[in-house]
Amino acid sequence: SLVFSSHLVFEPMFRCILLLLCNSVENKIYVHLNYSIPCVRLLNATHQIGCQSSLSGDVGVLHVLESEANLDWVLQNGPNPPYMVILDSTLFTRSVMMKLKTGSSRVAGVVVVAPSSNPAEGFSPHTTCPNENSGVYSESYDPALAHCNVTKWNPLGNGLSYEEYDFPMFSLKDDNDTQAIKQCYYDHNHVVNGSSPRYPLCAMQLYSHMSAVTDTATCMRRNGINFSLNPETVCDPLGDFNVLASTRPLNYTDKGHKTGESVVIAALDSRSFFFDIAPGAESAASGFVTLLAAAHALRNATQDAQPNRTILYAFFQGETFDYIGSSRLVYDMDNKQFPLDLDNVHSVVEIGQVGLHGESKLWVHTDPVSRRNSSVNEEVEKLIRNLNSSALNLSLSLQEPSFSQPLPPSSFQRFLRARPIPGVVIQNHNSSFTNKYYESMYDNAEYLNMSYPPNLTPEEQLEYVTDAAKALTEVATIVARALYTQAGGSDPIHEFVFLSSQVTQMLYGFLVKSNNSWFQQIVPSDFAIHLRDRPTNFYVGVTQQHSEPTLLVQYLLANLTGTTVNITQDNCQNQREDEDDKESKHIYSYMWVQGAAPPNSTERVAFCVRSTVRLSKALSPAFDLEEYTSKDYSTWTESRWKSIKGRIFLVASHELEMLTLGVGVAVLIASLMLTYIISSKADILFSSGREPTAATY
Amino acid sequence: MTAAVFFGCTFIAFGPAIALFLFTIAREPLRVIFLIAGAFFWLVSLLLSSLVWFISVQISNKESAAQQKGLLIFGVVLSVLLQETFRFAYYKLLKKANEGLLTLSQEETMPISIRQLAYVSGLGFGFMSGAFSVVNILADSAGPGTVGIHGDSQHYFLSSAFMTMAIILLHMFWGVVFFDACEKQRWWAVGAVVISHLLVSCLTFQNPEYVASLVPTYVILFLMGVWAFYSAGGSLRNLKLCLTCKDKDLLLANHRPR
Repeated sequence: SLVFSSHLVFEPMFRCILLLLCNSVENKIYVHLNYSIPCVRLLNATHQIGCQSSLSGDVGVLHVLESEANLDWVLQNGPNPPYMVILDSTLFTRSVMMKLKTGSSRVAGVVVVAPSSNPAEGFSPHTTCPNENSGVYSESYDPALAHCNVTKWNPLGNGLSYEEYDFPMFSLKDDNDTQAIKQCYYDHNHVVNGSSPRYPLCAMQLYSHMSAVTDTATCMRRNGINFSLNPETVCDPLGDFNVLASTRPLNYTDKGHKTGESVVIAALDSRSFFFDIAPGAESAASGFVTLLAAAHALRNATQDAQPNRTILYAFFQGETFDYIGSSRLVYDMDNKQFPLDLDNVHSVVEIGQVGLHGESKLWVHTDPVSRRNSSVNEEVEKLIRNLNSSALNLSLSLQEPSFSQPLPPSSFQRFLRARPIPGVVIQNHNSSFTNKYYESMYDNAEYLNMSYPPNLTPEEQLEYVTDAAKALTEVATIVARALYTQAGGSDPIHEFVFLSSQVTQMLYGFLVKSNNSWFQQIVPSDFAIHLRDRPTNFYVGVTQQHSEPTLLVQYLLANLTGTTVNITQDNCQNQREDEDDKESKHIYSYMWVQGAAPPNSTERVAFCVRSTVRLSKALSPAFDLEEYTSKDYSTWTESRWKSIKGRIFLVASHELEMLTLGVGVAVLIASLMLTYIISSKADILFSSGREPTAATY
Repeated sequence: MTAAVFFGCTFIAFGPAIALFLFTIAREPLRVIFLIAGAFFWLVSLLLSSLVWFISVQISNKESAAQQKGLLIFGVVLSVLLQETFRFAYYKLLKKANEGLLTLSQEETMPISIRQLAYVSGLGFGFMSGAFSVVNILADSAGPGTVGIHGDSQHYFLSSAFMTMAIILLHMFWGVVFFDACEKQRWWAVGAVVISHLLVSCLTFQNPEYVASLVPTYVILFLMGVWAFYSAGGSLRNLKLCLTCKDKDLLLANHRPR
């Protein structure tokens, strides 16, 4: 898992006596890969998916795959198996990968060269029916709707992410290093008209050994075995923290609260085939950035006139992996482990993928099964009317898909599994996804139309309002108005203050680089060093750590919905208003953030933010219940690993190796015989006539 | 490359040395002690030269290629001179030790002769210098790769192993010739040992033209071997006797006490 990867990945090992000499010998042989992203092993109740190498790394002769027909060389004709196959992303298709998988005795590993621009035809390594078995549509709920019978949500999905490969796979950027690898292939291994290439050949070794095997039940059992003094963990459950906030403070010591609530949901995670590239621009960021903007707009409105119902904002983690976050919250609500109770949930609005790509239509999805109940149907219709009236005098329009269509993959399904709660899911698609790159590495800023004019400084880019930001601001407006009405607010078209500049800054922060001047102002100083000059990785990760997006959303939500309070740093960090205050920490959370530097100073002016933002555990209940074969809850775990690295080098022919060994053995035997003869005849050989006494020998 | 290459190179580099150790040294504890002491003396010389090297690299200009090349030549020359100085120091020490041993021993004769000491200490020097010149290369030879990704010759391992074998044997011969020269106070012979050592070390600057460094090294090795053979009391007559298998009669005729 990540814990181990961060400091072990790119560190070459030097094991020798003289550092000066040794470096040079190793450098003469090996070239280490600088930027390499592995595919890692994940496990669930029944399967293992992903890739792994053997413990000592897999070695294969390089072969740059030029076309699918070229696979014959790798799988049948090539004289030097196993091969390390290098493919461009255009060949990273299901048919190629399945051929490689079945012929894996001749395949040492696969390296995919990621392109610098997105493939026009679309690509999704996810399944066609995401979270097929963990949503609400089971055989018992409605057989006609189960297993995406009505709509295949992700028709482009080729399922590569959910296959198991018994060779390592890495992703490389299309840069100079990759060019050097290809050059090594063309210099040494390239075949001209069918003759076999001559040694030495260019080869590659990839290390990505995974500790866990078989399934979650097996690896969790092995985690518990303590043979040695320092027991070794082999896998960790996937999970993180959900970020929650409400318009009225909730008392977290008082479980099972009894007021009507509206819940608004957005998912916070994504994935791709390879380990730590999960840009999730449309699949995650478009939705939660919209919700963050709406929450900000609602802060002022609810401060002026608090509506009857409380609005709870929920940002769920791990939804990609069988709804980890939402299933946990529903479980906690059901078991009175949360201030709210499921019975109090008045209605649910979920914001899914809402990147508009120039369209001006949003689709409001509902659950046909629960709407058969007339009271639920009535509430849902009211909700849709609210949304429709919110869209008045905006360029966007809202439409409903046909009545018989089930909900797309959404966290709301987990609420429906527990209760028939009225609710809607807002998406940018009518039937199947419009997202061409669902859960892939191409679901990035480029795809969300975040284009900036050339020659902008990072600071100007941060402020530049992109088309994507304008569109999402409109979506946020609809959501905020509808929620306000839904919560019982009096004025249906409240004048919300919307800043598309804020939306554009958020998008920039999540999808271009989090290390920007705005994010620096709103995070605590100890987190500021974790801000990066690259897009946020939305992979959920394992439970031990807070992932970057969780914390960023937490700080953003606190700043956008909270208020600045004038208290000391000490009180702020101890979660209290003053020294005697023991109650506030159950209701509010306090954050001491860096703040901005005044114009003529370099020192930041830090301040305290009080908000209702909370983190709640997003660990699948299956791990608390120790039901590792659960059919109800997510059972995904991530294997641990020791080192992830790769290197290229030349390999000598088998003949040369055997020749070296043969010469060595011959030298040894010859010297043994010669020495034996000489030493047995030393008396004669070294007895000189001039020294007749031969005192020396 | 692989384990095959590792063992092949190990056998080439250390095969002769191992054979010599097994048949001539291992049986006699005193020789083992002097072998290890010789190895230790070589190590101390390496320590000193690496100290000087370390300091001079620190104060040199790392950008200038000419300066670095000059530094390398300086380091090699210094190291050779230090090794030979320590060989002389070891010779002096052994002389003293032998006198001490003589007073302690019950017998009239010395338990170990200066010629034997010369051979044993030379082999000690050879073992240690061979180990240091090839161990890190051997460590890398066990991996899957072979030299050549930057265009170097793939015979690097093989030629390193042969070079190491030559160095080990040369140290043995140098030891014999050097001690003999010191005994007989023939200082020109000491000078010849130092110069041939310098020459062999400088030949490695020919690398990666391995033929250009290995062939002259083996010529020098052959010449030093012949010289050492004569210094150790060998002669053409003895060799003939030995090869024509007349040794048995000779042995019987001589009746020498051992």
